[in-house]
Amino acid sequence: MIKVIDPGFYSSIQDLGRFGAQNFGVPISGSMDQFSADIANKVIGNDSSEALIELTMTGCSLKFENDTAIAITGSDMSPKLNGLSIDMYSPIEVKFGDTLSFGRIKYGFRTYIAFRGGVNSERVMDSKSMYVGLTKNFKINKNDEIYLNESKPSLNKKYKASLKKLILSDEIECYKGPEYSKLTTQNKEELLSTQFLISNNHNRMGYVLDQKIKNTIKPIITSHVMPGTVQLTPGGDIIILMRDSQTTGGYPRVLQLTNKGIDFVAQKGTSSLIRFLIKN
Amino acid sequence: MNSYKLKYFKYNTHCLLISWPETIDEKIFNDVNQFKVVIESSAGNILEVRSSYCSLLVIFDKEIQDIDKIESNLNNLYLSREHLSKTDRFLWSIPVCYEKSFALDIDFISKQNKISNNEIIKTHIDSVYSVYLIGFLPGFLYLGSVDKKLKIPRKKQPRLRVPRGAVAIADQQTGIYPQDSPGGWNVLGNTPINLFDKFKVEPCFAKPGDKVKFFSISEAQYKLIEKEVEFGLYELKKELIND
Repeated sequence: MIKVIDPGFYSSIQDLGRFGAQNFGVPISGSMDQFSADIANKVIGNDSSEALIELTMTGCSLKFENDTAIAITGSDMSPKLNGLSIDMYSPIEVKFGDTLSFGRIKYGFRTYIAFRGGVNSERVMDSKSMYVGLTKNFKINKNDEIYLNESKPSLNKKYKASLKKLILSDEIECYKGPEYSKLTTQNKEELLSTQFLISNNHNRMGYVLDQKIKNTIKPIITSHVMPGTVQLTPGGDIIILMRDSQTTGGYPRVLQLTNKGIDFVAQKGTSSLIRFLIKN
Repeated sequence: MNSYKLKYFKYNTHCLLISWPETIDEKIFNDVNQFKVVIESSAGNILEVRSSYCSLLVIFDKEIQDIDKIESNLNNLYLSREHLSKTDRFLWSIPVCYEKSFALDIDFISKQNKISNNEIIKTHIDSVYSVYLIGFLPGFLYLGSVDKKLKIPRKKQPRLRVPRGAVAIADQQTGIYPQDSPGGWNVLGNTPINLFDKFKVEPCFAKPGDKVKFFSISEAQYKLIEKEVEFGLYELKKELIND
């Protein structure tokens, strides 16, 4: 068992997401940066579908009440075990009584902690991803007790890649969205040449950008949206829908991020810069 | 059978969007849902089909490679579709308490649309609504169309917390909030029933294509039904639709 001493700013349990219930209005959810989450599971020898912890903007503090192993990927928040710095992207053995904590955030925005065997938590509609109204809690709280699965997969001794370069990239890969062709030439240019700032309004559901562009397209009749859909509101705001995205929306859908594009945005915080790059 | 000109759009690596002429229309909506059933019962690497007013989202279990081939296959399927035996559809009767403590925006609607509170309630109860869509929140039913007398735009400043069960109006749609949530619809009552049950395979009682009507209850009846719902004793009234 792992005791949560301090959950940090916003930490939650996530897996690959909740599929097949979108017709009932249920969001997909799942790890915001799926690439980093997947590597954390691989390093520790887990299957990609195992649940892990996602940290947002600040680290957490966990006390281990059993022996296990962990792997940390994504944003570098200066991880420490019993006060001493530890490596990311590499399996770390932990013992009963050890404390995991974090320090200064060096780059990125979301960190993943995978545990040997995976987190054993409440499964709702075939997923452990926390979400308001579905799971008992929508985030991890102080004094929560986190349980792990019993299985002990063999550890992957060293995963060479560091994701720092990827995480720092400002290029966000996307496709044209269903309403892209309705944009004026000037709108299209603006959308693709502007270096956008992330506003302070962002969370697991969506990211609002700081700059507006002049919108000349009318709202659409409520239709399908999904993680990565970029909406243009009547006021000219640009919203990037993320993993907890609603299932339907009425704003024109001008771009659709690739899965990699969503992972990249997930590592951005307030005032980060991004540019949209259309991939054919 | 009347066929529409459909547009196909590759949304991302796994998803295809099929669009009908963009309008809220019962015939188009029925055609969308008929084609959904046809696609679901056809073979071909399809994981899931999601429907909306005038579009379908088809999600494949593999990356879409040959988009032209998929398009022409789907279009042939569309043009050769036959009238399916319709799945059973129901008319659901939903209890709503329209009393002041729940009807947060009824005075506003009354003032804006120059219509008395009693007439608002009567008009809202008199219509039978189609379930067009479940979206926005788990179990949120999009119902239409609202009588023109009640048509009112979304609030400029959304409420930070619309209470669970709130029955509300936005433009020509009416809907029910399944859980506490921020929201910009104009609230005119509240229902004690449960809109979403995460433990059921079909977590919502209604499905797109069903119909809904509301009936008025007092605050005392509201409290009683609330208790019955809590203990699993309340049964929603439903009638089979014959058409």
